[in-house]
Amino acid sequence: MRLLIAAIALLAAASSATAQLSIEITGAGAQRLPIAIAPFAGEGALPAGISTIVRADLERSGLFRGIEVPPHNPALSEGSSVSFPEWKSRLADALVLGSVAARSDGRYEVRFRLFDIVKQTQLGGVAYTLTPQQVRATAHRISDYVYEKLTGEKGVFSTRIAYVVKRGTRFELQIADADGAGEETALASFEPIISPAWSPDGKRLAYVSFENKKPIVYVHSLVDGKRHVAANFKGSNSAPAWSPDGSRLAVALSRDGGSQLFLVNADGSGLQRLTNSSGIDTEPVFSPDGSSIYFTSDRGGSPQIYRMPARGGDAQRVTFEGTYNVSPRISRDGKSLAYIARNGGKFQVALLDLATKQVITLTDSDKDESPSFAPNGRMILLATVTGGRGILSAVSSDGRVKQRLSVAAGDVREPAWGPFIQ
Amino acid sequence: MRRVCIAAVFVAVLAGCASTPEEQEAAGVEDRKPGAKPPTIGAQTQPIKQPPVAGVDLTQRPGGRSILTDPSSPLSKRSIYFDYDRYDVRDEFRPLVEAHARYLRDNASTKMLIQGNTDERGSREYNLALGQRRSEAIKRMLLLLGAREEQVEAVSLGEEKPKATGSTEDAWAQNRRGDILYQGEF
Repeated sequence: MRLLIAAIALLAAASSATAQLSIEITGAGAQRLPIAIAPFAGEGALPAGISTIVRADLERSGLFRGIEVPPHNPALSEGSSVSFPEWKSRLADALVLGSVAARSDGRYEVRFRLFDIVKQTQLGGVAYTLTPQQVRATAHRISDYVYEKLTGEKGVFSTRIAYVVKRGTRFELQIADADGAGEETALASFEPIISPAWSPDGKRLAYVSFENKKPIVYVHSLVDGKRHVAANFKGSNSAPAWSPDGSRLAVALSRDGGSQLFLVNADGSGLQRLTNSSGIDTEPVFSPDGSSIYFTSDRGGSPQIYRMPARGGDAQRVTFEGTYNVSPRISRDGKSLAYIARNGGKFQVALLDLATKQVITLTDSDKDESPSFAPNGRMILLATVTGGRGILSAVSSDGRVKQRLSVAAGDVREPAWGPFIQ
Repeated sequence: MRRVCIAAVFVAVLAGCASTPEEQEAAGVEDRKPGAKPPTIGAQTQPIKQPPVAGVDLTQRPGGRSILTDPSSPLSKRSIYFDYDRYDVRDEFRPLVEAHARYLRDNASTKMLIQGNTDERGSREYNLALGQRRSEAIKRMLLLLGAREEQVEAVSLGEEKPKATGSTEDAWAQNRRGDILYQGEF
């Protein structure tokens, strides 16, 4: 019977295209770089406008402001000569020109060049070959290129996010582009799904599913939908976190009583206990170099964040302010720790600078959960509640840029921002 | 006897729903078809022959009322409530846990599942661990009172299966809970 239920859940995972996340920008950076992105010559032949997607990407980052580009005669293209005084008078600091051309094999070629208007130089350009189905992916790669050239840090427009949508009694684990488009359902179930965690190569997700009436940790390959149990012991199995090399998972298990941390190989073999406390230890996460594990524990009387060697050993307390600090996540550079702090009854995202020990509160909402760093560390995705509905929200690590991501008629929760795609 | 009758009526009503109009007519006492002879006054009427009633007694089936579910039995009380962020069993629930421990002791082959739950506030994973501590606190008390380890499994549903919806103190209090389920109920 249980197998049947699981099978039905998996069969149902096929279709459902009504759940696209819509993104609303609710706060922007103090200084946004003005950029002109001219319509790409010939882009009308493609199903979506590349220049429109690039502009939306860059504006959504909160670091750019798109400048209106009036029609030119002849139309601007990748090969047009650039009149720097004209763009300076339009108050643009940067300019993107591009063209799309059909190839004889049915595919298209898109070329673009990026200019620094202030310095009056060309910063570079790239050409891509694409099918009509690859328009969005190609546009995101152009956005990543422009973003990196102008800010010096890698863009995350080509990355993906995972999250859980609850609609009525149905739970769906979905994967979408970082802009919320192109969502696909990886797992649908009538039982809760929580704590999705991306493997470092972005090809697998570990998560906790209640499909067999109790929490069990699964590893799910996104390419072929194959999944296997990584931890199913007596009691609860939860909170999977990948080691940076993708070979192992840290998990919280109650098999020996309480909730304690263990390491297990990603295939479910080689279980090894990490903590021995009398209370709750959960929510492990590896430091980017793999040497430490940050986790939540109530060993000191209230839930706080601790750090211990990844092989086990003595733990040191990391958070000291307040009586409820949970859900640690570490930035890719290992310098900042984001977590959920309870401030006078409000659960908010806090950011701790591990070197200076400075803590700042990044959000003004009151039911924040599950923070997740973008792979470049610039934004933090989180779950929160507004108007009684679960939504996702993103906030920049300086607290200035804010976005809201919601689906029509459903609760969204448990976000996890995927890694850079090679 | 009364219960059997009620059950029989219930079954009959269900049967009626599924039956055709012709069958309903066949059960009639009077024949009102045009041209039919009116019943003769004073004539001897035939006793109406009915098939014997096949009674269904839901109270004797699994899931029906038993010592575990009869509202007058202390064993029908299955929920133990907890304070916010706590996992110690409050004194007022001691008699309830004692009653279940006694039942497990007297019925050595009976198995029980305890599901720990939390309110919606805070981290889902921390709440899953908190729910586990709650179910284990109840289990520990049962074992101290004579139940055996292999009879009781403690699991957690965290905040994922709220009994009460809404974000009120009342809903939260109802959801900070350990539930006792016996074999056949989970």
